[in-house]
Amino acid sequence: MSQAHIDAPPTVATGRVRQLHPLPIRVMHWINALTIFIMIGSGWKIYDDDPIFGWLQFADFLTIGRWAQHGLQWHFFGMWILAANGLTYLIYGLRTGRFHRMLFPISLRQLLGNISDALHFRLAHDDPTQYNMVQRLLYLGVIGAGIAIVVSGLAIWKPIQFSGLVWLLGGFQTARLIHFLCMSAIFGFVLVHVTLALLVPHTIVTMLSGGPRIDPARSSQGPAPEIDTSI
Amino acid sequence: MSLLRPPSKSLFRPEKGIDQSPLIEYRDLVEKIERRNFLKGSLTLGALSMLTGCDVTETAQVQTALRAVSTWNDHAQELIFRPNHLAPTYDPSQVLKPPRFNAHYEVEDVKPVDAMTWRLELFGLIGDKQPWTATRMFSLPEQTMIIRHICIEGWDYIGEWSGVNLRAFLQTVGADLNAKYVAFQCADGYTESLDMATALHPQTMLALKYAGEVLPDPFGYPLRLRTATKVGFKNAKWVTALEVTNEFQQTYYSKEGFNWFSGI
Repeated sequence: MSQAHIDAPPTVATGRVRQLHPLPIRVMHWINALTIFIMIGSGWKIYDDDPIFGWLQFADFLTIGRWAQHGLQWHFFGMWILAANGLTYLIYGLRTGRFHRMLFPISLRQLLGNISDALHFRLAHDDPTQYNMVQRLLYLGVIGAGIAIVVSGLAIWKPIQFSGLVWLLGGFQTARLIHFLCMSAIFGFVLVHVTLALLVPHTIVTMLSGGPRIDPARSSQGPAPEIDTSI
Repeated sequence: MSLLRPPSKSLFRPEKGIDQSPLIEYRDLVEKIERRNFLKGSLTLGALSMLTGCDVTETAQVQTALRAVSTWNDHAQELIFRPNHLAPTYDPSQVLKPPRFNAHYEVEDVKPVDAMTWRLELFGLIGDKQPWTATRMFSLPEQTMIIRHICIEGWDYIGEWSGVNLRAFLQTVGADLNAKYVAFQCADGYTESLDMATALHPQTMLALKYAGEVLPDPFGYPLRLRTATKVGFKNAKWVTALEVTNEFQQTYYSKEGFNWFSGI
């Protein structure tokens, strides 16, 4: 555990010193990880019964549930956890200022710089408290895809009760396609996210332990805090 | 206690059950295939579900838990259901002709129903339980709706259905509209049941025609259930008996593990 800032009292009265990933974030992250696994695995089982693309079917060993009804059972179980956990996360992120602090601002110039660094294998990971522009955009993108997959899921789950929503999304089959594309985006994110986490393992430890403590007085553009390298 | 007869043995199932001998004969091969899949699976995301006992979905405890969630989902859908919200309707030019066939068997195996001897039998909380002939059903006022059929699998089509509004029919026969369920039995042994709110929805009918013509045999001739607010499989074909009841009855597909309410 990080002890680096534990003795540093809060410098302003408006906030208390919190960890990079406070406990609620860590709990929600791991609930979400398990739920995404259930939703994608069972969703692929449901998809296989009537593939949108003739060339794409998911092999049985990649799907959850023996027959379609089991896939549906898992999907209609996981959806409540996904929606409740996601909603809690959005409210938390907005109320605590976490989104504002961690994901903004987005700078196009820095984004291009980050992309160039990444292509030259120069991406710095020594400061986990600061997300670079690529990370910020990816996290914002996956949050957006998460919202869109729940909304499109609601539309295809209850297309008559929420017929107005289906109309807004461009019809039942379009809503189904949107649901599929959101899954693809989230799946792509998970692949990148898990790969990078495995390449920089201390990020996984941070998501378990909470990581270094952050002085709330420090702005998101301020100097990076001293990191305890023992984590 | 249910007043409906126990489901008659399906016409489409062999008398002696399915022959298991090939499975025994080729046991080695079947097991080898499963072992190979297990090895493949252990290298993938699916490994998690396989390592915890081959198929976590199949164990009794998991099925019990998942079906409890499914029952909870029934209640959630009852809350979401809007009794007076009408499903969108479409233009006659959008109607698919012929409609898309689907059943738990192939269209070649459909056993047509003889409408001359067919009767709609009534059971349960109904005042006048006299069976209805096809001729009498056809003499009732007709309703037409062009609605979207949505299958649980994900496909859909637009169909034009005409027939007797179910609420009007239940009133005609003096049914207890405060009862909880309306259950159906079919000529092929299929069973289905609806919550009363859905049965009384303006777009729920006992359909007799498709696209202005008498129902073709594969689509439920002479009479089928058609509701705009449920997935396809809830729309029972070749209906032979209707029961109004307060007793929940599992249906052909809910016994298989599909969600009972299955509203859309």
